[in-house]
Amino acid sequence: MFDLLIAGLINGNAYALVALGLSLVIGVANVVNFAHGSLFAVGAMVGWLVTSSLGMPLWLGALAAIIVTAALGWLINLVAVRPFAGKAPIAAVLATIAVMIILDNLTQIVFGPEVRRFDSGLPDITWQIGGITLRLIDVVILVTSVTLMLVLAGVLRCSKIGRAIRATSQDREAAAQMGVPVARVQSIAFMVSAALGGLAGVLVAAYFTTIAPTQGFQIGLAGIAAAAIGGLGSLLGAVIGGLVLGVAEAFGVGLWGDSARQLITFGALLLVLWIRPEGILGKKTVRREPLTGTFFAQARPVVMRRWQIAVLIALALIPTIPGVFDGYAVQIGVQILAFAMIALSMTVIGGAAGQLSLGQAGPVALGAYAAAMLTKDAGLPFLVAAPLAGLVAAVLIALLNAPSWKLSGHYPAIATLATGAAISAVLLVATPITGGGSGIAQIPLPDIFGIQISSTTQFYALGLGILLVLILLVHRLGRSHLGLTWRAIRDDEVAARSAGIATPQYKSLAFGIGGFIAGVAGAFWAAQFGFVEPKIFNPNLSFQIVIIAVLGSMLRPFGAVLGSIVLVGGLEVFRVASETRLLIYGVVLLLLIWFRPQGIWTLPLPFARLFRRKDAGTPVVAEQSASAGLVGTLAGPGTDAAGGEGARS
Amino acid sequence: MSIPSQPLLQVSDLAKSFGALTAVDGVSFAIAPGEVVSIIGPNGSGKTTTINLLSGELRPDRGRIAIGETVITGRTPDAIARAGIRRTFQNGRVFGNATVEENVLVGQTPLVRASAPLARIRTLPVLRWIALIAETVLAIVGTPAQRREEADLQARVTTQLERFATRLTARRNDPAATLSYANRRRTEIARALASDPRLLLLDEPTAGMNVSETKEVMHQLLDLKAQGQTMVVVEHKLELVMTISDRVIVMDGGRIIAEGTPHEVQNDPAVIEAYLGSRRASVVARTHHIEDVIGSPEPSDPTDDGQGGTR
Repeated sequence: MFDLLIAGLINGNAYALVALGLSLVIGVANVVNFAHGSLFAVGAMVGWLVTSSLGMPLWLGALAAIIVTAALGWLINLVAVRPFAGKAPIAAVLATIAVMIILDNLTQIVFGPEVRRFDSGLPDITWQIGGITLRLIDVVILVTSVTLMLVLAGVLRCSKIGRAIRATSQDREAAAQMGVPVARVQSIAFMVSAALGGLAGVLVAAYFTTIAPTQGFQIGLAGIAAAAIGGLGSLLGAVIGGLVLGVAEAFGVGLWGDSARQLITFGALLLVLWIRPEGILGKKTVRREPLTGTFFAQARPVVMRRWQIAVLIALALIPTIPGVFDGYAVQIGVQILAFAMIALSMTVIGGAAGQLSLGQAGPVALGAYAAAMLTKDAGLPFLVAAPLAGLVAAVLIALLNAPSWKLSGHYPAIATLATGAAISAVLLVATPITGGGSGIAQIPLPDIFGIQISSTTQFYALGLGILLVLILLVHRLGRSHLGLTWRAIRDDEVAARSAGIATPQYKSLAFGIGGFIAGVAGAFWAAQFGFVEPKIFNPNLSFQIVIIAVLGSMLRPFGAVLGSIVLVGGLEVFRVASETRLLIYGVVLLLLIWFRPQGIWTLPLPFARLFRRKDAGTPVVAEQSASAGLVGTLAGPGTDAAGGEGARS
Repeated sequence: MSIPSQPLLQVSDLAKSFGALTAVDGVSFAIAPGEVVSIIGPNGSGKTTTINLLSGELRPDRGRIAIGETVITGRTPDAIARAGIRRTFQNGRVFGNATVEENVLVGQTPLVRASAPLARIRTLPVLRWIALIAETVLAIVGTPAQRREEADLQARVTTQLERFATRLTARRNDPAATLSYANRRRTEIARALASDPRLLLLDEPTAGMNVSETKEVMHQLLDLKAQGQTMVVVEHKLELVMTISDRVIVMDGGRIIAEGTPHEVQNDPAVIEAYLGSRRASVVARTHHIEDVIGSPEPSDPTDDGQGGTR
């Protein structure tokens, strides 16, 4: 009992350090830094290199980790956050996701993915206090983190840079007006935050005596959960959130085993978001931000003519002719179709309704499992099971996301992330129904009107059929009055609501329909693979889906197909190894957000830019929606109010 | 419809605080059908907060708002829009990627029936999903009734745009992002009027406009007034306020400090003091009209955020 509490508190300390860094950056730069967990992993690996590989003392390893991660923190700010200042914060969030993917996979490529022994070099001293065993490393961790937190609190309260950081957090514009060098403050905040993450990596590695580069991802998500539980941006809240999460995990894992860890992390996060959205110590702020709004401001989707569509469909039909392509090529085609279907769900959620889902692997998993059970246990034919699976995914996703509609700021995206992760966590734990970690195997082959689908070519034909039906569905929705309603919400949620649109319902509907599409895609996935297991549907899959959709463009259904052809097909053709593959996904995302956030399947809107030059008093939509959404906190000097005045006086 | 003596909008004891700051502090007023009422006051006097409370953008801490017989206190903005109160925003919020036509179409949302069926169960939890699923299916299928409705809505757009015929009709299919600032404000007004609201709330409709554009909007508002449109206008440009208003409400520090016809308010010492401070007010009392003093560019420019003061 007490042992669990101590273990939880020590683990929670690590979470607290990670969450502290996250909250510091959220305060100063209004960005959830997803790459923070990667810094943890880098810190741990640098610490391992110095202590276990080179045999140096622990403090030197910690110092090396702090220096390396602080430098990386500075770099992250430079490449992924600063360039997007004044734009919709989601741009920076996606950029940090890109950096996370890049760093995680680079660390794996450099150090190798395997788990290794971490030798802290500390003498093996233990104390017995009232029946609890305390090791020296426990004491070192507790003392170090408590000291760090106190020093950080002191610096923030009393020093000049601390005051600058607090001023920037409260009101960036006002701080800049008063002569606070906000750009430098932000750099420093990133470096301090990164160093905290790196140090946490060393301490946790020393505590568990083993470490692998892959652990950063989990810890990063747990840190985001801890920061949200405590209240994003609140430093004391981050510490409390970390400790609460650490203790909850320790008891949960003690009771139900290690497979419950993920469920507890994301379950706790979801509960907090549902019951007390602002977290334990967060401030109640009214901050609305259009999540993807600015992405579309200067782009027009490509509109295809009928014959062009006919040519594309004819091209897509070629692999169904036996003998034209070899089996491997058709297999790639099947993969492209599956990912195109999944990414198509983002066309509705992101492109139409302007929302971001960071947990789209969730409905895919629900659809895959539902279809597996419906065809295997209930014996339903595939054509009945697939739409049913889509419905199951739609209903569950709409239900799980329903409490998130009162959230604003970064919280809705984090809620979708938590929902997606929690779904695969539940699938892992609910062994009697889902088969737990081993999943469901021997899913029957689909039977379409008496033809059993077994060859790759047949699967390709089935997949193409499903994809075309789904595209037609999305296309019709986009052209309907409902599509217009969604676009209004995407462009300006506040104005849409005051025009009489019940925005929460329509956002929920978009997620539901996106869930349906993803669920049908999951059903196809299950039928085609023949087995499903929870670990396929991890947050990395969700991020991949976002990247595919953003690459192609979410404005038109064909964007999803194009994104899938380039990323899934392209990487498969060049037979890239899996870590490198993810690395490329990360680089692609970062480049996209830098250069073409609206995706490739779009045309630039030249007159919008021309207009700005001709008449400075006319704010371009990008600026307008960014400032409108943020209630002025991040809107730079180029906002509509200032612009309007400047041109006319 | 309603007897002239019965107010269209009844606001009693409305209050809203942001932390320690009380933005609106026990405000009560009534608006008769067809009346045009302006709310004026210095910076931070609670005008825009009042508009935001009336439109449901903010939830009041206490007080009661009723339109006709319907109490709308604490309802969501979409419900209030459907109850018949529509608004425009201080900074002008159009749907930039949508065309002018689509902007007005979205403004007609409360009128849509065939494409958005089962309006009555949409307020009920869980059951509203029947309506939403029906709407989705209809969106995919497309019925003749929907097509007829769409044609009606298009025809209404034409009528709406005729208010601003020379400005907007030719730009009907242009993306709103490409419009001039003044045209965007016009689009926004057209959007707000699109559902024939019982009450129109205009939050600084001429902010950022030059003199001739302001005049044009003023004439359009006078046309609306002649058609019997009830309006509440928050505005800094006193010429416009004095011309279009039947009644002026003056706010300061979250309270109503004066109320009456434009002429009465203009000469109210409390108003002059609120705008100019007591020392200047005594000077005004002896010599000028308030408008002359405020009109002069010298001290205490009565603007909210630097965009209303272009005179």
